[in-house]
Amino acid sequence: MLTRVPRIAPSEITPPEVYFSRRTLLAGALASVASASLPAVEGAPPAQSALGYRRNPQYSVSAPPNRLEEIAGYNNFYEFGTDKESPSRYAHTLRTRPWSVTVQGEAEVRGRFNLEDLLKGQALEERIYRFRCVEAWSLVVPWVGFPLSDLLARFKPTSNAKFVEFTTLYDPAQMPGQRSGVLNWPYVEGLRIDEAMHPLTLMVVGLYGRVLPNQDGAPLRLIVPWKYGFKSIKSIVQIRFSARQPTTAWNVAAPQEYGFYANVNPQVDHPRWSQASERRIGAPFLAARQPTLPFNGYAAQVASLYQGMDLRRYF
Amino acid sequence: MNLTQRYRYLYKPLVFVAGVAPLAWMVCGALQLFGASLGADPVKKLEHECGKTALNFLLLTLTVTPVRELAGLPQLLRLRRMLGLFAFFYAVVHFTVYLVLDLELNFRLLGADIVKRPYITIGFSALLLLLPLALTSTNGMMRRLGRRWQSLHRLIYPIAALALWHFYWQVKRDVREPLLYVGMLALLLAYRLLRWRARGAARAVPAMGPAARLTSRSGSATAPERT
Repeated sequence: MLTRVPRIAPSEITPPEVYFSRRTLLAGALASVASASLPAVEGAPPAQSALGYRRNPQYSVSAPPNRLEEIAGYNNFYEFGTDKESPSRYAHTLRTRPWSVTVQGEAEVRGRFNLEDLLKGQALEERIYRFRCVEAWSLVVPWVGFPLSDLLARFKPTSNAKFVEFTTLYDPAQMPGQRSGVLNWPYVEGLRIDEAMHPLTLMVVGLYGRVLPNQDGAPLRLIVPWKYGFKSIKSIVQIRFSARQPTTAWNVAAPQEYGFYANVNPQVDHPRWSQASERRIGAPFLAARQPTLPFNGYAAQVASLYQGMDLRRYF
Repeated sequence: MNLTQRYRYLYKPLVFVAGVAPLAWMVCGALQLFGASLGADPVKKLEHECGKTALNFLLLTLTVTPVRELAGLPQLLRLRRMLGLFAFFYAVVHFTVYLVLDLELNFRLLGADIVKRPYITIGFSALLLLLPLALTSTNGMMRRLGRRWQSLHRLIYPIAALALWHFYWQVKRDVREPLLYVGMLALLLAYRLLRWRARGAARAVPAMGPAARLTSRSGSATAPERT
């Protein structure tokens, strides 16, 4: 244990200012092809993973984001093991290229699409979102992505599409955690179609201005900031539109503990722990605990989606 | 060195160093010394490490009797008090980390947790039950309590069960590790059950109380076989 080396050397972490100053230099969505022509920034990591994006202050919180080591070193990604350090240690076995996404179900446009094709021409934006885990810890994360609605609209969902189901890659050779039966693989999550089309719902491809680290769900993950983190499925390979509510991984594993909606709600405790407050990772000593906000602070934007619903019953 | 000296100057100090080592490692982690790290959530890491270390010492304490009987090393009993006290020590640190660093001394949250969260109720009960055992661990208290000391210290069995239940219940999904601990405790208890039944069968009349059996065992005889 004493010999454990830091997983991300401090030299590898580029200060956000560097990213923010260079985003003006980048054009297009994935800047990988342009990497050779990038001006070198002293101390900056290899440029091929930098993304071109625009900051979206309208959808960003003012709280300071967590450090990259925290966001990329403290993960729940059971496909790589059940403790928080396992994903950063083992996710290098995930091959994110080539990557394709299969679209099925109640949509006019279905089939298998290369990720590059799905991202082509898609403007990326950075949004600083709160992230609240069902385990009562939280982060503030500068994601880079685009509204899920932009992507879903391309597939022309039919009027029967009441829900959207997402599936994570299943490949125990790349994801060794899938050899254990801790969850039913592959991981499946889902949203109601109006939740999926909500402007806050984000398809994420990057973090801190760069391509998403594998342990954070590369190459394509969902972020639904007003729901507990387990709804924000990682490493997506399939999107299915359906008329019926999808059966989702954690709900199947423990239905009385993890609901389909999983909206952040300080009033409705997890059966085994309180959801009234949370600890912000990386916050100063003895100042990390803070009250949890309804819908994780996004109530003004999303509470109307659940008008008239008993949120205790549909937890 | 005779046996007593070896225990006093060698074995006990070694056990003490081993008992302090987890704490030293955690302190190094908190101060980022020698490459040790507590990760992105040091509070949870400390909380879990202290809890698990307490469980480790609790199980080690319960392993002393089977080992000394099976290996014919009755003198191992001399190490048991220190192991038990380390279990208590780490349980106290575990609770302190939870109260001070995790709850940030929010006593309203503490009260709500103890009342409303079964796994915390259980863990807190285990800690409270450990307290009288720690307080009566001195030679003076052993003398004063006489045979009642042994009855009191039987509390260690329900405490161990509560502590493992506490561990099992707070795990979100992956229960393999708590189940490993449950398995080990089951083995240690099964040993005692079998021994108790064997003794019962060997004795025509079960005249001896448990306290009397202990005193006979802590003597110099290798095995407490009574006929």
